[in-house]
Amino acid sequence: MIDFALYHAWLIPLLPALAFLIIGLGTRQDKKKSAIIGITAIGASFLLSLGVVGAVLTKRLVMAAPFVMKTVWARIGDMELGMGVLIDPLTAMMLVVVTTVALMVNIYSVGYMEHDPGMGRFFAFLSLFAASMLGLVISLNFLQMYIFWEGVGLCSYLLIGFYYYKISAREAAKKAFITTRIGDFGMLLGILLLQITFGTVDFVALKSMLPNYIWVSGTSFLTVIGLLLFIGPIGKSGQFPLHVWLPDAMEGPTPVSALIHAATMVVAGVYLIGRAYFIFAELPIVMSVIAWLGGFTAFFAATIAITQRPFKRILAYSTISQLGYMMLALGVGSLTASMFHLMTHAFFKALMFLCAGAVIEAMHEEADIFKMGGLRHRMPVTFKCMTIGVLAIAGLPPFAGFFSKDAILAAAAEVSFPLYLLASITAFMTAFYMSRLLFVAFFGEVSDDCPAQETNAFMRWPLVVLAVLSVVSGAWGHFAGFSDWVFYGVHEEEAINWTIAGSSIVLSLFAMWLAYQIYVEKRWSSHQIARRLGVLYDLSFHAYYIDEIYAFIRELTVDKAGRLAYWIDTHIVDGVVHGLGRMTRGLSVLLALPQNGDAQRYVAFFYTGVIALVAYSLFYAVKILSVTGGAF
Amino acid sequence: MDAVLGQVHGLVAWALSLANDYDVPSLIEAGVFFLFAGLALLFACGVVFFRNVVHSALSLTATFICVACLYLSIGAEFMGAVQILVYGGAVAVLIVMAIMLTRRDDMGHSNPSRGLIHHVMAAGVTGLFLLGMAAVAIFSPFRSAAQPLGDAAPGLADLMLTHYVLPFEVIAVLLLIAMIGAIVLAKGADER
Amino acid sequence: MMNFMEFMQLATHVGLHHFLLLSAILFSIGLFGLLTKKGLIPLLMCVELMLNAVNINLVAFNQYMPVPDYSGQLMAIFSVAVAASEIAVGVALTFRIYRDRGTVNVDELKELKG
Repeated sequence: MIDFALYHAWLIPLLPALAFLIIGLGTRQDKKKSAIIGITAIGASFLLSLGVVGAVLTKRLVMAAPFVMKTVWARIGDMELGMGVLIDPLTAMMLVVVTTVALMVNIYSVGYMEHDPGMGRFFAFLSLFAASMLGLVISLNFLQMYIFWEGVGLCSYLLIGFYYYKISAREAAKKAFITTRIGDFGMLLGILLLQITFGTVDFVALKSMLPNYIWVSGTSFLTVIGLLLFIGPIGKSGQFPLHVWLPDAMEGPTPVSALIHAATMVVAGVYLIGRAYFIFAELPIVMSVIAWLGGFTAFFAATIAITQRPFKRILAYSTISQLGYMMLALGVGSLTASMFHLMTHAFFKALMFLCAGAVIEAMHEEADIFKMGGLRHRMPVTFKCMTIGVLAIAGLPPFAGFFSKDAILAAAAEVSFPLYLLASITAFMTAFYMSRLLFVAFFGEVSDDCPAQETNAFMRWPLVVLAVLSVVSGAWGHFAGFSDWVFYGVHEEEAINWTIAGSSIVLSLFAMWLAYQIYVEKRWSSHQIARRLGVLYDLSFHAYYIDEIYAFIRELTVDKAGRLAYWIDTHIVDGVVHGLGRMTRGLSVLLALPQNGDAQRYVAFFYTGVIALVAYSLFYAVKILSVTGGAF
Repeated sequence: MDAVLGQVHGLVAWALSLANDYDVPSLIEAGVFFLFAGLALLFACGVVFFRNVVHSALSLTATFICVACLYLSIGAEFMGAVQILVYGGAVAVLIVMAIMLTRRDDMGHSNPSRGLIHHVMAAGVTGLFLLGMAAVAIFSPFRSAAQPLGDAAPGLADLMLTHYVLPFEVIAVLLLIAMIGAIVLAKGADER
Repeated sequence: MMNFMEFMQLATHVGLHHFLLLSAILFSIGLFGLLTKKGLIPLLMCVELMLNAVNINLVAFNQYMPVPDYSGQLMAIFSVAVAASEIAVGVALTFRIYRDRGTVNVDELKELKG
């Protein structure tokens, strides 16, 4: 079984891809069949992923010696493009995380999409997404990764715009696609430069070539490549300048938000850096850029999240913030902490998003948390799960977030105190706004016209499973030696630094107490605080007007250029085309003149042609006769 | 002047040669050919130029019969018979029937022609065509073998049922289809 | 320049060329009619004339060329059969057009416009 899983790891992305084809081509109209096919495929992938983990554990595959299965995909001249499977502990971990969350979300969707006529389509897209994401995870070179990277981008686009009849959904889908494309372009340039410089984009080959290259040529050019490669993750993982698409991506169905825009796709950027860590780790400038951008994004998104009102929007900014955390961890050189946080975050953020879906569906599409309240009486299971999620993200022991966040804080503290400070403040704010979300939505009094009630079993059980994972994954990872497993370079035993952990726990508890005082006990009015903060509140509430700034810049540059291009198009290009068209029409009028419908005229033309042919053949017959002397 | 004198001299020489070697079978043959060919062309012109379409049809039948006679004169008896049967009989009757079914008004002007421009155009095209074809016919390098072949019917039957059996069958199917098609068209498939 | 004597010699010895010329003239008469007549039935007759001209060619070639069999005549017979089909369908079409349009004049049937 374990060998089978390892040698058939290529089946992991292939099964959902098949499911996509079957659903898309065949059973799209049939909700039940589509759901069964989708869940079966992802379930099989999940089992295979578990098998891969087993194989990694029993065969002692380590980061330095991955298992590679490779096949030639295309050969252009001397250049060989491979496709295949690269399995190391990092891949195995990602496979399990992605398939687990995807399986849970698939099951949850059965309940969530029950009444949606597009359910078959939804499962087709989910399967395609799972296929792309898993393909990305097992990639053995940059090119393969890039292909699947675009694949997940496409699925993200399709799923954000799933309610394509809503203008906001269409706009959000376009925004997500275009924004991430900007990042992808930089990444593509980076990949091309790698290909040009090294003649290969294969991870294993690059890893072996890199030390010599650096020894010979230094790191200056490689820094450019690294920065270009990093632009891709900036777009995909919603880092600061390109984060704007992620909050809008919440227009998609909530399970999609949980799967794609919280747990899996957005961490593709983090995963890319993790996968190519052997490059990034050699480039101190890039590393500090990653660390500071990550730290800034974490802080920046947290300040926005504090003032947001829609349920999913808070979670979206929290996702950006947590992704910043992971980047920060990567930047300070701790692959372990980053990947650990990636895993725990995937579980608890998916959990919270699924809770959000349950809540919003129960509230009949009401997203504003201030219009909720007292839901804990109506939806006890959802409330418990949400509480676990909040405690996990706030970083309280023994929940998952505690261990991973503590690892990041410890790693940051080792490298730079300002970064540690930034991360700590962010942690404090995270605890605060997540508690605010929990207290406002679930505590207080139930209003009489509140329609909420507990959701159905399909939606409840994934919540419970994810809640359990949110509790145990951190402790399990910490005590079972995640750091022995996924690491870069020389791995060191990490014990919990109780100074850092203790201060972080205290900060989180203080933040939660503060939130409780403000939003439950109402000791201080939140409105008054907002008014007191004035400009700061406005900035935060409007997400620092980033969208507006982009719109302004776009108006200044793209629109002007567009208007110029439009003028050129209408007056010059169209002029030429229309001129040609008119010429053709004029000529065709001339040519149509003989075609007057008079059959006898046609006969006359026909016989004129016959005469021409006869004359032509006569001419040659005479020529031949004169040569042969009158005989054929 | 010399040329004219030359032609006159030729005429005299021909008359003398007629007197000298009096090739009677050849002359009779020529007479028959020119008689029927002339008649055929005359009647063909009648088809085109008669004002009354019934006269045209009669003229056409006469043309067919003249052509049949020509066939007989060169020993193609079977073709002659077919010509009389099919063209002189069936086709003529069909055409007369068609005239009967479609004509309503004055028979005296029942075969109208188009305007002058069409005549000029048609004369141009036809003249050029005739020029080309006559050139082909006259300067054709094929020389005729003196003896025509003998009795055709057995040989035709032999060919038709051996070498050309497939085209023969196809022609049979074609005739059937044409018959059905004609019935459907004339009766109207949409009518009960 | 062939003199008159030789010309008459040739002309009175009936051979392939006579028939070819006859056929060409007959065909041209048919063509002229095809281009000038208005009525559909005269047009059909002209087509028959042209077909006959072709048949004459076939038979004449068969009779005068040194060939051992009757393929030429057979072709002529096939052509007669096709012509018979053609005239049958043509007459039916004419009849149909006459009933549908009330006319058999081609200059009034100009739907075949480019």
